[in-house]
Amino acid sequence: MLRDDLRGMWYIALKDLRAYYLKPPNISWGILFPFAFVLAFAIRNPGDLRSLTPGLLALTLLFGSSSMEAIVIVFEQRTGALERLLLAPVRLPALLAGKLLGGMAFGLTVTAAVLAVALVVFGVGSVNWPLLVLALLLSAAAFSALGAFVSVAVREVFEAQTLANFIRFPMMFLGGIFVPLASMPPALQAVARLLPLTYAVEALRAALDGRVLPTTVLDLGALAVFAAGFFALAVRTLARRAD
Amino acid sequence: MSDVIQVAQLTKHYPGARGAPPVRAVEGIEFTVREGEVFGFLGPNGAGKTTTVRMLTGLTRPTAGGARVLGYDLATEVTQIKKRVGVVPETSNLYDELSAFDNLLFSMQLYGVPRRERKARAEELLARFRLSDKRDVPFAKLSRGMKRALTIAAALAHRPPLLFLDEPTTGLDVMSARGLRGMIADLRREGVTVFLTTHYLEEAERLCDRIAIIVQGRIVALDTVDGLKARLPARLAVEATLADGDGRTETLRFEGRSVEEATQAALARATAEGRRVLALNTVRPTLEDVFVHLTGLSAEVMLAEKGRT
Repeated sequence: MLRDDLRGMWYIALKDLRAYYLKPPNISWGILFPFAFVLAFAIRNPGDLRSLTPGLLALTLLFGSSSMEAIVIVFEQRTGALERLLLAPVRLPALLAGKLLGGMAFGLTVTAAVLAVALVVFGVGSVNWPLLVLALLLSAAAFSALGAFVSVAVREVFEAQTLANFIRFPMMFLGGIFVPLASMPPALQAVARLLPLTYAVEALRAALDGRVLPTTVLDLGALAVFAAGFFALAVRTLARRAD
Repeated sequence: MSDVIQVAQLTKHYPGARGAPPVRAVEGIEFTVREGEVFGFLGPNGAGKTTTVRMLTGLTRPTAGGARVLGYDLATEVTQIKKRVGVVPETSNLYDELSAFDNLLFSMQLYGVPRRERKARAEELLARFRLSDKRDVPFAKLSRGMKRALTIAAALAHRPPLLFLDEPTTGLDVMSARGLRGMIADLRREGVTVFLTTHYLEEAERLCDRIAIIVQGRIVALDTVDGLKARLPARLAVEATLADGDGRTETLRFEGRSVEEATQAALARATAEGRRVLALNTVRPTLEDVFVHLTGLSAEVMLAEKGRT
């Protein structure tokens, strides 16, 4: 049964990448959108561009991993294609894990392109590579699981897009990318601590600076909890709906 | 001949909306499906056909009762069942973005068909369903009949011994529907057991070995087509075509305890209305007569209901 699940997961992820993700408009949008945001901020406040790199990576990963993920499941529900997957000998958690894997793979691919540009511009001297890989993987998992939860919580594609943006845009401004957490009022700091993006930015900053802080383990742990929590919620919601 | 499906007291209730009583979609049904037969499952809209199929294919959990499908228990061995059945839903639901070939390949990947067999099997299915020239065409660009054929091909990709077909010819043109009926007959010849739900009584009469009729979640009859017809009250009918003085014709049905009595009724009507009898034919009972007798619904009403969904 585990073999069926693993095979199903793998092929569902591959199919999603081919059918939905790896299209030129998705790739170009996934890369250009975060660059445009950061560039706009940098023009307004010229300063240390290097310090924006963790935020740029986190933002690319957030939109890359969650944008299509938030649409794909609800779209397949509408067309009936999801039923085809539910009828296959693959258990529900494995089915959703396959969907997550597709979102993560796309998010990590576009983020790798952005990371390559950042490393060419700013150098790779101080990067803690194992931490960077771990932070990217856990962030991608958390954001992709968030997208999956959004997708199973609604019934229409436009509802998924609205809900995803309702969650992501406030997160973008409260997640410590453009405004450091320390300079926020205590109430906003408390809200920021409830957002996965905050932990992704902090973990990526530690990895790029090569400084593993005591709080870095907590950041990685929080990302893992967000990934597991959103995934469990998505499985539960879809199981209820399928019945 | 062994039973591939054994259903015992299968029940499904859905919670009612906002304090309303639960919806009793399926209420303690029992039946068996024999190996190699085409088993028809008929009923008006909302009778519980789709819910039954959803339960038997592992999409929905029963509220009570159970079933064994291909020897596996629905409650505890649903993955084993899913591996061995093919399902063709009412809507053709393959992936628009993938080609005909890639859709078949993906079905085989999901069901664990060995890698070395996949390409040959996909080509074989495309040839069988006359889609070889559409091999690389995206699903979205196929005609409705081709989409239906490819959806059936995808359901057969892992060689299931049991196939569920939900309204396979709904929305198809006459030629496509005829082609699909031929394919279903071929499957039966190959020994595949087919569980067919349909609104087309003529289709069921032509294809099915046995038929169950479900009304309001309960099976009201289950038999061969001839067995079902034999249940009709012993009344015989003739169809008479009557013509008036202006040449206008009308075909009417007359029933009686014998052909002679029905014929006399037709002649009496013609005489009373001053019309001539142009033609007189005895009428055999059809599955539609059985259906009307058991459900109180006419086939036209059933198809009209279908059109609204």
